[in-house]
Amino acid sequence: MLEIDHLEVSYGSIRALHGISLKVPEKSIVTLIGGNGAGKSTTLRSISGLIKVRAGNVRYDGQDITNKPAHEIVARGLCHVPEGRMVFANLTVMENLHMGAYLRKDRAGIASDIEYAFTIFPRLKERISQLAGTLSGGEQQMLAIARALMSKPRCLMLDEPSLGIAPILVRSIFDQIVAINKERGLTILLVEQNANLALSISHYGYVLETGSVLIEDTAEALRKDPQVRAAYLGG
Amino acid sequence: MEWFLQQLINGLALGSIYALIALGYTMVYGVLRFINFAHSDVLMLGAFSAYYVAPAIEKVLPLPSVLGALVIILISTLICAGIGMLIEFLAYRPLRNRPKLTVLITAIGVSLFIEFTCQHKSVFGADTKPFPQLLPATDFHVLGLIISSNDLLVVFITAILLTALWFIVQRTKMGTAMRAVSFNQQAAALMGVNINKIISFTFGLGSALAAIAGILYALKAPGIEPLMGVQPGLRAFVAAVLGGIGNLPGAALGGLLLGLLETFAGGISGLSNYRDGIAFAILILILLFKPAGLLGKATIEKV
Ligand SMILES: Nc1ncnc2c1ncn2[C@@H]1O[C@H](COP(=O)(O)OP(=O)(O)OP(=O)(O)O)[C@@H](O)[C@H]1O
Ligand SMILES: [Mg+2]
Repeated sequence: MLEIDHLEVSYGSIRALHGISLKVPEKSIVTLIGGNGAGKSTTLRSISGLIKVRAGNVRYDGQDITNKPAHEIVARGLCHVPEGRMVFANLTVMENLHMGAYLRKDRAGIASDIEYAFTIFPRLKERISQLAGTLSGGEQQMLAIARALMSKPRCLMLDEPSLGIAPILVRSIFDQIVAINKERGLTILLVEQNANLALSISHYGYVLETGSVLIEDTAEALRKDPQVRAAYLGG
Repeated sequence: MEWFLQQLINGLALGSIYALIALGYTMVYGVLRFINFAHSDVLMLGAFSAYYVAPAIEKVLPLPSVLGALVIILISTLICAGIGMLIEFLAYRPLRNRPKLTVLITAIGVSLFIEFTCQHKSVFGADTKPFPQLLPATDFHVLGLIISSNDLLVVFITAILLTALWFIVQRTKMGTAMRAVSFNQQAAALMGVNINKIISFTFGLGSALAAIAGILYALKAPGIEPLMGVQPGLRAFVAAVLGGIGNLPGAALGGLLLGLLETFAGGISGLSNYRDGIAFAILILILLFKPAGLLGKATIEKV
């Protein structure tokens, strides 16, 4: 469904990605793991159109979307929940959800999707008219995911949903990610530092190191791989 | 007491005009984080649009008349909204990812360009032109006060525009997107928002308000000339900073306050020559105690 081929990205003169290729099949969960600065976020940002790609290409649904502007890529059903969440702190929870549905016109559908968001993240419902900036980090993450779902994506890219969140909340957010994948059939590309947890819910994984793919395999195989265990799974 | 009420009315009328202009500065700052110095020239262009549109309208509608004035204001507003959007497109958009200082200098350049082009004799000319009487003007004598119908109109129009603006920004999809863009452009783009469209809309809206302010200002002024926007523009900019730059209610409040300060200081006999000095001294005092402006807050970002 999502395929990237020999992607190269630079920040000024610094090369961040050295020709990364990966595939995300429809309805699967694929994880990118790797240390700080490996290029995980850069990969997602170049797919979603936030940064320009220098070489290589991105295909989604069989169409070339390389270097298309971000707002056009969302319109195709590919939504990116960025690292650090980026909820609109100056907008209420409800307004944030409506921003997620910015490109939609079906009022009834939007209303029912807001209800769906509240069933997966009931805490958001209690804070519906609160400014998003006053939510806790975990709640902001829930809002960021819920907001992305409002665009009715078929593929969701999540950048470190566990970052800075208490373990118990992380568990529940991950349960919801699995549920979204199973119940709604969403394809998910997940970036995580918490490799153990990410691989436990994924079908396939890629290990990135300094802008290149080091290893790729099924999630199960990666979890058994001695090299991956030593470097990313804490032995 | 009479003196006080009289100054209050005059101050509110002047402050309303500052408020309308200040909103444009603050809106653009909100989405692009720079001061659009050419804003004061859009105000001047608003007055000149009305000046040139008026004779044409007069052939169809009687002037001065409320309907005629409304049509002229509407046309001038649309012209200026277009000019504002054009300025953004030509001058600022190519510099979108450049340092803010570059954009700021460009804005000053655009402002000077407009002012001096318009002063050329083949454009408007540098001389002061009498502004046409768009509205039937009368003075009402109430309780010993002299209230001009123009002043009432200024306050009334401003109140309507402020309400309309509040509605657009708080209640419409476009307004919500404006607020989202002002918080984080990348996140807004990820929601499917076309950033360029929102920025363009913001310039259009701010310029429309400036055009109306320019016409209202011209109605009170002895005449219009290409540099007429500089003084009220500068004051409105100060008003926007006073209210808290980027904050819409702040800009409106700052504008009204500055208009009142200036009028009251000017109304005290013997002090009228120092009115700007007094008004700005008070401003500096306020900013010393509230550096982010009256309604501006130091933003807290959660990570
Ligand atoms: N805006 C930027 N300007 C310059 N260099 C950048 C920028 N963003 C990222 N980089 C560099 O690109 C490389 C990849 O960064 P990236 O953010 O993709 O890493 P990451 O794998 O997401 O790391 P983390 O796990 O810490 O989030 C790093 O070396 C980083 O320093
Ligand atoms: Mg990252």
